[in-house]
Amino acid sequence: MSEATRNAASRPSKEQVIYANILVMGVWSGIAILFITYFIYLSGIMPTYVEITEIPKLWGLGVNEYLEHTHSPHGWGWVALLGNGDFLNYIGFALLALMTVVCYLVLLKGYFAKKDWIYAAIAVLEIVVLSVAASGLLGSGGH
Amino acid sequence: MNNISIGRTKGFLLSILILILTHPVSAFAADQAMLGGGDKPWWFWPLILFVFCFILGILAVMAGVGGGVLYVPLVSGFFPFHIDFVRGVGLMVALAGALAAGPGLLRRNLANLRLALPVALIASTFSILGAMLGLYLSALNPDIIQTCLGATIIGIAALLIFSKNSEKPVVTKQDAIGMALGLGGVYWDEGARENVEWKTHRTLLGLFMFILIGLIAGMFGLGAGWANVPVLNLLMGAPLKVSVATSKFLLSITDTSAAWIYMNRGCVIPLIGVPSIVGLMLGSLVGVKVLAIAKPKMIRYFVIVVLLFAGLKAMDKGLGLGLLG
Repeated sequence: MSEATRNAASRPSKEQVIYANILVMGVWSGIAILFITYFIYLSGIMPTYVEITEIPKLWGLGVNEYLEHTHSPHGWGWVALLGNGDFLNYIGFALLALMTVVCYLVLLKGYFAKKDWIYAAIAVLEIVVLSVAASGLLGSGGH
Repeated sequence: MNNISIGRTKGFLLSILILILTHPVSAFAADQAMLGGGDKPWWFWPLILFVFCFILGILAVMAGVGGGVLYVPLVSGFFPFHIDFVRGVGLMVALAGALAAGPGLLRRNLANLRLALPVALIASTFSILGAMLGLYLSALNPDIIQTCLGATIIGIAALLIFSKNSEKPVVTKQDAIGMALGLGGVYWDEGARENVEWKTHRTLLGLFMFILIGLIAGMFGLGAGWANVPVLNLLMGAPLKVSVATSKFLLSITDTSAAWIYMNRGCVIPLIGVPSIVGLMLGSLVGVKVLAIAKPKMIRYFVIVVLLFAGLKAMDKGLGLGLLG
């Protein structure tokens, strides 16, 4: 391999750079949102679904008992409760957890363009796996 | 001379261990956790957790381990939260750290997408199964998970002690799967001022190992950098720098799938989650600065000792022996 080819090969691919750019915006937006919503939650500007003073009495219970006591939703049920300061925090959590799927869509486009079918298939499968996990279809019941 | 040096090291480790275990934050946390902590105002534990995670973030960077692997055993041992919430938040902590590190590693071409994507698919699929199994077991009896977590943490500490990474493993012949997937590349080694070409071998066995890694990561809510690196480096033959960077990037995918399972189940409580994530991320930023002036090897030994203790404490708690308080 010639020096010029090696230098070109050691540079990140276009998709890799786009992936990194989206990630950097998403992750720091997520952290900033978490910070702001947590401040709103603690300041009491918005009402809370579960009284903040009640939580320390319940966080020693298992998740099923906790949900039962607080009548909290599971899955994406929190979206309907965004008017409450505690559930507002889930916007930041969800943004962080959705970043990888968004970035994979960018990769997928690149692999299709390059006709790299093996990696396009891997990217499609990963998007399916992450979407199923995010959908709440698996493991969100049980109480 | 060597004996003196070993004696000093032991003395240092012992004093550090005593320091952290008798430190006002952890000692008070442990006492209060035993009492249930119910008599404290609501802000008390989140505040202690934030300070604890800030220190943890500094130590994790200096020791070269992920935040999640320290967070789960220590917080479940010293804080009054149920292990379901500790695992859910532990995954979010590991995920946030991995996402934040990802862009830099990708831009420098250290995290290799071609290597990461196939193994991430396997690990993330099995981390979902691990998460579901972990939640099922803890609903049956949380002591099962606590005991298994303890045993796993002790195993991780042993792995950190005995695993000897290889800077640039020699791969004479690439296997068929590695070749078909194009698992190889070139990266710029800043230290040696040269481009380093690499390729993998034993790909099938490596991919199989990620089934196990995914299961463990999902079941216990641990980031899995401690397992990713030896498999990528020692088993598959990727250079250490590529393995470390790809492993960190991989966590952002593996932990995403398991984190969704825990989040959808209701295991991420904002009052615990936000101080943990923000504390650990701020601590990591400080840790990077401190790394320039500290002796990371010493910190690494110290973290291993703390991990061993946390593992023993988790086992003690799970088995209900009560030997460690």
